Formats: sequence, C-alpha cells, structure tokens
Amino acid sequence: MNQAGNRTLERIVPPLWALLIALGAASMLIASIGGNPHQVLGLLSLGTWRSGYGFGQVLFKATPLLFTGLSVAMALEAGLFNIGAEGQITVGALAAALAGATLPVGTPHWLAIFLCVVASFAGGALVGGIAGILKAWRGSHEVITTIMLNFIVRAAMVGLGGTIFLRESVHTRPVIEAARFARFSQWLSPSLFKGSAVNDSLFLALLVCLLVWVFLNRTTAGFALRVVGASPGAAEAAGISPGRVTAWALALSGGLAGLGGCNFVLGYKYYYEDGFSGGVGFMGIAVAVLAFGSPLALIFAALLFGTLSQGGLAINAVVPKELVDVLEAVIIFAVAGTKWPVRRMLSRSSSKISSGEKT
Amino acid sequence: MSPTDIGESTEALGCAHVWKRFGEVIANRDISLSIARGTVHAVIGENGAGKSTLMRGLYGLHSLDQGSVRIDGELIETPSVAASIKRRVGMVHQHFMLVPTLTVTENVVLGDEPVERGMLVLSRAEQKLIELGERLGLARDPALFRRRVGELSVGEAQRVEILKVLYRGAKILILDEPTAVLSPLEVDDLFAVLRRLRQDGSTIILVTHKLDEVMGLADRVTVLRRGETVLEVETGQTSAAQLAHAMVGRELAKSVRTTRQKTISPPTMRLKVESLSVRRSDGSLALDGVSFSIAAGEILGVAGVEGNGQSELALSMAGISTPERGRVRIDGQDVTALPVIARRRLGMRYVPEDRHGRGLLLDATVEDNFLLGVQEHYRRFGFVDRRRLEIDALERTKALDVRPPDLSAVARTLSGGNQQKVVIGRELAGRRDIPLSTLVCAQPTRGVDVGAIEKIHAEIERVRKDGAATLLISAELDELLALSDRIVVLFRGRIVGELEDFDQFAAGELKSRVGALMLGAA
Repeated sequence: MNQAGNRTLERIVPPLWALLIALGAASMLIASIGGNPHQVLGLLSLGTWRSGYGFGQVLFKATPLLFTGLSVAMALEAGLFNIGAEGQITVGALAAALAGATLPVGTPHWLAIFLCVVASFAGGALVGGIAGILKAWRGSHEVITTIMLNFIVRAAMVGLGGTIFLRESVHTRPVIEAARFARFSQWLSPSLFKGSAVNDSLFLALLVCLLVWVFLNRTTAGFALRVVGASPGAAEAAGISPGRVTAWALALSGGLAGLGGCNFVLGYKYYYEDGFSGGVGFMGIAVAVLAFGSPLALIFAALLFGTLSQGGLAINAVVPKELVDVLEAVIIFAVAGTKWPVRRMLSRSSSKISSGEKT
Repeated sequence: MSPTDIGESTEALGCAHVWKRFGEVIANRDISLSIARGTVHAVIGENGAGKSTLMRGLYGLHSLDQGSVRIDGELIETPSVAASIKRRVGMVHQHFMLVPTLTVTENVVLGDEPVERGMLVLSRAEQKLIELGERLGLARDPALFRRRVGELSVGEAQRVEILKVLYRGAKILILDEPTAVLSPLEVDDLFAVLRRLRQDGSTIILVTHKLDEVMGLADRVTVLRRGETVLEVETGQTSAAQLAHAMVGRELAKSVRTTRQKTISPPTMRLKVESLSVRRSDGSLALDGVSFSIAAGEILGVAGVEGNGQSELALSMAGISTPERGRVRIDGQDVTALPVIARRRLGMRYVPEDRHGRGLLLDATVEDNFLLGVQEHYRRFGFVDRRRLEIDALERTKALDVRPPDLSAVARTLSGGNQQKVVIGRELAGRRDIPLSTLVCAQPTRGVDVGAIEKIHAEIERVRKDGAATLLISAELDELLALSDRIVVLFRGRIVGELEDFDQFAAGELKSRVGALMLGAA
C-alpha cells in the first residue's frame, strides 16, 4: 500500500468513525429519555440539509466557525494553543461595527467592506498579539494568557457598553449600507435561502482558508511558523527566532478569529450586539482538532458543527436542544480516541497485505 | 529448567527465518542466527541494516511478521519482554531508560521493588548490587548507588543500565550500540566488564557498527546488510577490511586527507575567537577564556571528553548562546553580538550535534528539511522558490546518496545516517550568493554508519578545499586525526593543548598524547 494513500485514510477514517460513534451514542441517549431516535435524527436532517432555510442557516453558522477554526489551527501549526478565539472574535466584531458605523455614508461599497474587514482583523490581532508578546517577552504560557484575555475582553465589554451601545439596548449603532455583505437570498436564490442570514462573508471565509494554506505552505514566513511549531531548537539553529515568530503567529491567529465577527456584524444584524458569538470561539477549537491541520477537512468540520448547532434548534420540539451539545462532545472524544487505533489498524492491514505478497 | 537441560544445549539464543517489515521497508529478511553460550557475538551493519530491529524482535519488544525465537533451546512461539526476562535475557538499549531524579539503587529495582510489609526495603538490594558491582568491576565505589542518575556521566549511566539487567539475573545480554556515546577510555572499561562477564559464563550480543570493537572483543560476528545476513564468521578468521566490505557491499576509500597544509600563505584568518567564556545555566563556567583562530582552507579539530565545553563552544559559535566574555570574528567582522541569521548571512554554516533536536524537522519532508536554515536563500517576493529548492535538493541527495532518494519522504522514516546526510547536504552546499566562509561542525558522524561517514568526510574536505575555515568538534579521535590540520584539546572549558604537524609523531603516539590531554594530564 502506498504511504500517501495510507496517510489520507488516516485523516479521513477517524472523523467518520467518530461521527458513527456519536450517532450511536445519541440514539441511545434519545431512547433513554423516551424519545424516538429515528424521528429525532429525521427532524435534525430536515431542519438542516433537507430544507432551503435550514441549509442556509448551516452555512451561516459554519462561517464564523471557519474563521475561529482556522485561527486555532494556524496557532497549532506554530505549536501554540489559542484558547482566546472567543475574546478575539468579540473585539474583531466590535471593531468592524464601530468602523462601519463611523464611515461617511457615501463611502463606496468595496472600500467600506474592505475597511471593516481590516478593522475586524486588527481588533482580533490586537488581543491575540498581547498574548503573543507576553509569551515572547516573558514566557507566559499562551493557554493561560488567552483564557485570561477572554475574561478581560468580557469585562471590558460590560464596562464599554454604557458608552458605545445605543440607549436602552445592548448593541451599537448600525453600520452604513455600503459596509454590509449581501445575503444569498438577495442575489442567489431568493426562494431557496429565504429568511436565512447566510451572506457573502462565507466567500471571505473560503478565500481566507485558501490564503492561509498558501501562506503556510508557500511562503518563507509560513515556513518559519511551521518550523517553530515543529521544533524550536531547529528554528534557533536555522536563524529563526522562536520568540518573534510566536508573537506574530498569535497576532495572526487572533486576527483570523477577529474576521469571524464580520459574519454577524456585516452580514446579519449590521451592528455589534453583546453576547452575539454564542461560543463560536470555543467551538473553533473543536473544529480545528477535528480537522487535523488539513484546510479541506476544516471546511467539513465547520459544516458539521454548523449542522449540529442549527440542528439543535430543529429538534428542540421533541428533545432538549442540549442533546446536540452532548453530540458535539461525543464527537470530540471519539476523534481523540480513534486517531491512534485507526493508525494501528491501517498499519496492521498494510503489513498483512505486503506479507501476503511475499509468501 | 534443570541444570542438565542447559548442559545439553550450547545455544543460548537463536532465531530462524525472521521477517519484519515496516510499511514498505523490509527491515529483516529471513534472518537465522545461533549464538553459542558463553561467547560474545557481534551483530554489525550500517545504520538501517536492521540490527536494532532484529534485536528488538528477539527480545520481544515488537512482534515478528514471521519466524521463531529460541532461548536456551526452548522454542518461544510469541516472543515477549516478559518471556525474555523470565528466561534471563536482558537488553541494554541505545537510549538509556533511567529516571534521572532517582538514585542508582532505586533505578535498578524499579519495576521489581523489594517490598516488606508494604514498605520499600532498599538495603538488601543495595548490598546485592555492591557485591555484583565489585565482582564484575562495574562499580568499585559503593557510594555510586546512593547518587542520583541525573548526576552520573554517560559512561556511569550505562553501567547502571548493565547492572540493572544483571540484577534481574540475566545470563544473556543484548547490548544495542553500547559505545555510541562513550569516550575511548570508557569504551575500554566497558569492554573489560564484558570480558569478565563472558568469563563468568554470560552470553553477550553486541550490536555495533564500529569494526575495531568487533575485532577486539567478539568471538563470532554476523554482518547484516539491508535486512539480510550477508556474512557470518569467526572473528579470528576475518579482518576488519573484509567486514567493512561486507557491511557496505563495496570497497571504501582509504583516507580523505593525503596532504595537509602546514601554513597558509598569506595566513588569512577567517574565524577568530578571543578569550571566549560561556556560563552554563547552573552558573558554572563551560568555557573559560578560549582563544583560537582558523585560516581559510583549514580544519581545526576540537578533542575532549564529552562535557568539557564542546557543546557550548558549538552553540556560541553558531550564535545560539551568547558568551559572557570574549570576541568572535568572521572575516574580521565582530559577530559576537550577532544572532544566528546574521552569521548565516556572512556565510557561516552550522552542523548541530543534536541532529533530532536542532538539525532536522523530523516530521517534515526531506524537501522542507533542505529549506531549514537557508529559507532566505530560497525566498522570492516572500514566497519559497520551490522549483529551485527541488532542483538543488535533488542534486544534493544524489551527491550524498541519500536513501531513499525521495524528497517527499518524511525525515523521521530515514535511517540516522541518511538523516545526517540531509543535514550535511544542506549546510555544506555551495551557494553562489553567500559562499561558505566558516563551518561549525559538531559531531558530524555520531551514530552514523561507515558508508555515510565516507560521504560526509568527503564533503567536509570539499568545503575545506574551497577555502572554508572549519571548526570540527568530534568525540571520535580517529575522525579528528583523519581530517584536521591542527587539534586543540578541551578540558574543563580550557584549551589544554594544541597539536599540529602530525607527521612528526610516530604511529600511535599522537593518539596517546591527545588521549592524555583529554584527561587533563599536561
């Protein structure tokens, strides 16, 4: 068996296996609380992929997950664990909202979008960069600092609310018309995506996926980032400063998470609203872990978690929607648990095949 | 098993038709062995020949694809470590498996602790160890057993490994590359111990790729090449040359250097080091006022017992650690405060002693490993010029005969020798934009087989001819003598002697002089 084929299998089999296990566990759980698994899973699929609105919502929910998943995955490539995507996306969203609201009304569409997107990136990068600089300068562990920054951002938002939110509300002024992403229902198929908030920021997400892949695999800066992640000792010997790379890698990672704010702010509500993120920053960790560093897998993982979070609403009528939280947890556990068994299984089967040829 | 059983069979350990594959690689191909009781049997071969795999298979550390193992004439259907230990087989691994924070005695009893009424009782174990150490000359000082393993030298740690195996009552010892990390004197000591063990009736299987060790100690030798047995012979009926030929499958080039420059005229000193002092993290002085200079086209060898400042010298030359005092100049320019990347821009190249930790990205492809450290050289508008990288890397893998010759192979899957060829191929490559000015080369052939050593030495000689100033740090005295123009000896962070013009010394005298200096005898 060829090695490349084996490696691809090693990538694909564990998540699929995990999905099967999760569905099995969910079925048992549903049955145990007196539900009908067949009915519940049917509802779940009907509320997501089998209806136009549901499908649109899956894409809408997958969009910020792509950004936060990408953010965590990029940090992992540099050997860093960014737990702070939640705080980063919050600041990114706020930055986009403030930028969009301050722009003069006559600003051209492309420029307004560009400036808001840049603002969201800068907002996230600022938060990520603080953790990065602390790590490079003082060696503070990024897991601690990024978690703490989440709390700091949370507290800062509460404090800021009084000055930047509109009176009697928990949201900012809306962004100008020109700074808004078009919804799919506006131009693609009004009937199909009717009512769904899925918008053009999905294309931005896919484009950024591609750019990140190019950056990591084709540029010298991306190479430096991967070297630091693979071996700080080798990086030193190669003249790559692990500290400096760590600092900008976390800033970059934060920026990617910050971009995720665009989906809500520029594509859905057109303003920043307190608590908008709904935990997509943390879910990004699951997406990145599930994807094992492959950009294509990242898209699938984001879609899967998008499906689950939309599906939760669909099944709420018959079972508690928290069921999908359980499902998500089981998937993560199952992936973590099947990675090695699968690898062993594959190596055993391949050695059997080649020994069969010999004798 | 009754003693008469042992008497009937003269075979201690054997195997028949052993096959082992890792993916596409056949590590062991139909190997049969029979090792007589009370002998030292050497298993030799280049890196990647399958020696370690075979031994691990016999010991039961991994399953065999096919074949069977015999211990004391008993057929073992499924070899396992438990079965081996029960039948008094012990293995001393290439990489020590000791807990640094525990004492020697604690390490030895680990896994089989003497317990009385729920309490650990070490006194009896220690008594037994002291006797054992005394009898075999493994440890004459009883205080050794109370010391923590982390404080021991490499040679001492290895004796602890051997003691650990003997303590469990092993009569058949498998030693995997035991001398790879030892200084020449420590090797002599180890061999004395092994001879005593043989006299005692123990059977020893010695895995190595050093031929002089085989000729000096083993009774019988098996040569593996690419997973197959190519020769099995009594040591008395063979020669080092025949064994080398069997290992590599062809004749080796004799010696790299034939002529040595006495003086370069005019003397253009490319690397100059003035009273360099470096402190370790624990505050002790690793280097204490070291000065030397190296001319263009000259190789300065640095000899010394490991831990006398060689590692720190290499790191501070490369720019990874900053010295406390002193100056380093490359071509007249003061580089003392310059980081690695700036020194590389001046044409410095660096072969780190820690191949896995600093020299390579083990989980990256060979191609990416050819980019490591020279990423600036292949940068075009911020992007990696993959086409040029691929052309250069292919040329270098071909020149150094890296196997497999596949740029997409993951570095970890290469044998040690081939990994080192990648490091050497990258660092010693000729580059038009930044010609090689100085080479810091630490332990270039550590754990590397004969065939690869030949290629690596030829490369070092090539860049020397091209005018590089080379600092060669090596634990292999023969290597230093074969390549260097001059040799300095490091002892406790100071240069305690310098030798040049090697021809004035009689054969053997040079080596014994350096050896004496290495021990601090002026």
